[in-house]
Amino acid sequence: MLRTALRNVLAHKARLIMTALAVLLGVAFVSGTLVFGDTTASAFRNAATQSLKDVAVSVQTSDQAEMSDDGPVTSDGSPDTVLDTALANKIRALPGVTSVRPTVNGEATLAGKDGRPLNADDNTWQKLATNYLPGKDGKDSHYPLKEGRGPANGGELALDAKTAKKAGYRIGDTVRFATDGPALTKKLVGIVATDDPRVTAGGTLTLFDTTTAQKLFLTPGHFHQIAVAAEPGTDEHALTAQVQALLPADGAHAISGADLAAQQSRQIAEDTTRLTKTLLVFAGIALFVGVFIIANTFTMLIAQRSREIALMRAVGASRRQVVRSVLAEAALVGLAASAAGFALGLGIATALHPLLNVGGAELPDGPLVISSTAVLASLVVGVVVTVLAAWLPSRKAAKIAPVAVLSSAGLAPPTRSLVVRNVLGTLLTGLGLLIVLYVSTLKTSMESNLLIAMLGSALTLCGMIVLAPLLSRPLITVAGKVTTRFFGVSGKLAKDNALRNPRRTAATASSLMIGLTLITGLTVGGYSTQQAMDEAATQGLAADYKVTNSSARGLDTTAADKIAKLPGVAAAAPVASTTFDTQGVFASMTGTDPKAFGKAVDLNFQAGSLRDVGPGKIAVSDAFAQQAGLHVGDTIHPDMGTSQGTTPQGKANKKTLTVVGVYAKTFAAYDALGTVADVLPATATGTGTLDNILVKAEPGKAAGLEPKIRQTLGSSPLLKVQNHEQIIEAGSGSITLVLNMMYGLLAMAVIIAVLGIINTLAMSVFERTREIGMLRAIGLDRSGIKQMVRLESVVISLFGAVLGIGTGILLAWAGGSLLTSAMPMYETALPWDKLGLCLALALLIGVLAAIWPARRAARLNMLQAIQAD
Amino acid sequence: MSQPPMSQAAATPITSQTPASVGAAACATGLTKVYGEGETRVVALDSVCVEFGRGRFTAIMGPSGSGKSTLMHCMAGLDTISGGSARIGDTELARLNDRQLTRLRRDKIGFIFQAFNLLPTLNALENITLPMDIAGRKADQEWLDLVVHTVGLSERLRHRPSQLSGGQQQRVAVARALASRPEIIFADEPTGNLDSRAGAEVLGFLRESVRELGQTVVMVTHDPVAASYADRVVFLADGRLIDELAAPTPESVLDRMRHFETEGRTS
Repeated sequence: MLRTALRNVLAHKARLIMTALAVLLGVAFVSGTLVFGDTTASAFRNAATQSLKDVAVSVQTSDQAEMSDDGPVTSDGSPDTVLDTALANKIRALPGVTSVRPTVNGEATLAGKDGRPLNADDNTWQKLATNYLPGKDGKDSHYPLKEGRGPANGGELALDAKTAKKAGYRIGDTVRFATDGPALTKKLVGIVATDDPRVTAGGTLTLFDTTTAQKLFLTPGHFHQIAVAAEPGTDEHALTAQVQALLPADGAHAISGADLAAQQSRQIAEDTTRLTKTLLVFAGIALFVGVFIIANTFTMLIAQRSREIALMRAVGASRRQVVRSVLAEAALVGLAASAAGFALGLGIATALHPLLNVGGAELPDGPLVISSTAVLASLVVGVVVTVLAAWLPSRKAAKIAPVAVLSSAGLAPPTRSLVVRNVLGTLLTGLGLLIVLYVSTLKTSMESNLLIAMLGSALTLCGMIVLAPLLSRPLITVAGKVTTRFFGVSGKLAKDNALRNPRRTAATASSLMIGLTLITGLTVGGYSTQQAMDEAATQGLAADYKVTNSSARGLDTTAADKIAKLPGVAAAAPVASTTFDTQGVFASMTGTDPKAFGKAVDLNFQAGSLRDVGPGKIAVSDAFAQQAGLHVGDTIHPDMGTSQGTTPQGKANKKTLTVVGVYAKTFAAYDALGTVADVLPATATGTGTLDNILVKAEPGKAAGLEPKIRQTLGSSPLLKVQNHEQIIEAGSGSITLVLNMMYGLLAMAVIIAVLGIINTLAMSVFERTREIGMLRAIGLDRSGIKQMVRLESVVISLFGAVLGIGTGILLAWAGGSLLTSAMPMYETALPWDKLGLCLALALLIGVLAAIWPARRAARLNMLQAIQAD
Repeated sequence: MSQPPMSQAAATPITSQTPASVGAAACATGLTKVYGEGETRVVALDSVCVEFGRGRFTAIMGPSGSGKSTLMHCMAGLDTISGGSARIGDTELARLNDRQLTRLRRDKIGFIFQAFNLLPTLNALENITLPMDIAGRKADQEWLDLVVHTVGLSERLRHRPSQLSGGQQQRVAVARALASRPEIIFADEPTGNLDSRAGAEVLGFLRESVRELGQTVVMVTHDPVAASYADRVVFLADGRLIDELAAPTPESVLDRMRHFETEGRTS
């Protein structure tokens, strides 16, 4: 039987090419991901080991150890540590210790040479700041100098080479930066090299002398961490125990360099695994799409070969042997394709590295790591998927009766009823829709809700796939009317051919539908989210600029007055916020200067007016008024600054406030609006500072106001001054990036679907050889034949696209409701241009996929075609 | 079954070199068809000269490999010719390119094949009007009704081929060939896949279409009974025209064929 299978594979090479390609691409995706994951993890592990190779023991403050990867502790009230100079000296005196390296870690936000913030939007852990620790030669071997010298006093600093270049600083320049408070300046005296992964991954490194670093981030004489180097051959664990013995009972602990490296590796492995898992999900989708192509191919092959199979049965092969021979054929195809796919996967893994680096990921270099698990997993996945996909067709092959050998060729195989399939499809879709509709009533994105939404979506999608043959008739008939109208007989024949075998058409269209459902779902969801975020960020916002502080500290209360005095500024409204709790209703309140706020935000009052708002007098939103049952004139006694049920710092902060107005709810004003003074002691920033300042310029004076505002507030690099577009960009810019990445990953599923369409068309053309010959004989010219195949392809693609886009919109709508609690502005919005683009893409796919099959059909030798068996 | 009277066509010399007369719907002059080259070179038609009279039913007979199908394919513009000339009416086929040939087949020629004449996706009526639909022409309704009525398909126009018997399918094919009023109809073993009764029906319609509708029909067959429906039979052997017979009967055709065989054996 294996020999028969092998012969069959070789005999049908051409017809199996597309199937093999589909498997190949899917497996390449899987193996590429696995190899890339292994390679990256190993490179990171090597880098971690490398950077810790001189560390025998590391002494860390306990809270830092807990949040090992969250970087330095925010210096909330100058934290003290138990690690001081005396302790460092004691450790240095231990036998075997060659040196100790006590460090101070903090963060520094830099301004560029042009005064603009350089890295204000970066993650905290990427704004690395630490102490330069010169050794006996006056240099810090940890940070080799590229230019200049190390910082030696409170007026100097050093930067890493990349940052200095990006910011435009040269030795001798004055660097403006901020750690947490106001802007500071120091002279750049050195430019260093570093292989710290946080910096190579796009962060910045600022170095101070130890005393300055301690002043900035700690208290003089204290450190965050002490790295201990030992003589070669020293027992690290014994030394760790000795160091631990020197430490006070609380506040610090010692860990051996090997353990620390292992800890970091584990962390890195987890990160890489997360990335790999995400990629594997998309690889799985691509393989799932491939399943349809494989199943379609084998169904068609078996139909074409039914006589051969009947002959085999007639000469004594059992049903089981027939099934086995088909499955063996599938396994052979799967194996060959998987092997080739793995090779391609190596290429993908190699290419991903520089590709992601161009994108700014800055992955460390390392040799390609090919684990046996990756090889085995790729091959097994490819073979298993192919065999499983061929399983149903193989059952059909087994059902061919031996007597079929006598029936005439060209006899259409009996069309089996779709009743069972339709019932199953209706049940699946119905169940899926019920769940999806239930999901659409949920408001929060708890994990359980997400799981329910995913289950509902998967069921709906599967149901639609099962129902696709039923849906193909009405939808393709409609499409056929158009094609017949515009393309005459070719259009009509194309429609009839597409309707001829609903299962085949449906399977082909489904493969495209899966990709387009996901793409549409993401597009609609992303677009709606973007709209909601834009709306939330700018709804009713008449202000030209929004001034914020990138650190959590907020803005000084006097800042608004300073800005208001600038020429060209019409109003600068300070915005502070707090949460409050009145009779169990939990809400947030904006504290501002009502007069300035009225100019910066469009408020629509339904009762009372903004003018009435003053100390002790607040306005509330209509939504909140309804929720809490409040009317103008009511007095409330809320607990200010509470978070759901608890009181911060354990002290109640009761206020007495009178409601003087009700306004239409707007995101800019939250649930209630009062004065800054009413809100201040318990602001969200926790320190009595402002969240932001909304600046409204005088008519025509908005342009060029930004640098002036910046200057007025001391030009701190932490300061963010955003105009309308920047506010929107800051909110929703990341969505576009994520969407584009997802599109890229889903492209593979679409490419495989295209292969599927090519495959179906080519095999259909092969099956209809005689018909095509007859059509040519009675007068349809080559271009007419081409047109017919092309239109069939387009009709099938559009069918898949309509199903996919429809399902995608439905699922995005239902899933969107889960966001309503997190994003009250969320409303499903349809990006018509992008949906139109999807449809146009499907049209293009149809035309492209038909090129080769149509050419084949047009070039058939007419006489041979007519007489073909 | 009454046999047609002796026709004058019998007097036409079989090796006539005269150009196509006004009465010829199609005509071959020195028609040669060669397949392959060198060692594998096969002469399928060797300088064949023959006329197919307008309004006449001609049968082409000959043993397998005699070139009878090749002759039909060349005359019908389905295959290219290697030498000589093949004409439909006044049109010289050798001068036409693929597009022009396709158009000629569509507008001037009707086809009936041995099997698989119909598109399974179209119903009987759609199959009948297919050549006109391809041309983008409207069918002449009166003529269509007459044709459909003649072949007795009025009740089955909405049926798909799979719902029709083999004989009915061939009748649809006949109707399709007739519907566009071609100058000539070529039939390639039209009864090859039918039982004798259905075959007789189809042949009867073909003869009627010639007698009553004035159609020109050329039919390739190896069946003496089928050939006896024609007005005239031409015999091919080894790519040459060797004989012809007017007003054939099954017996006279069979007799003539036996004669060739013995001749072939003795020579």
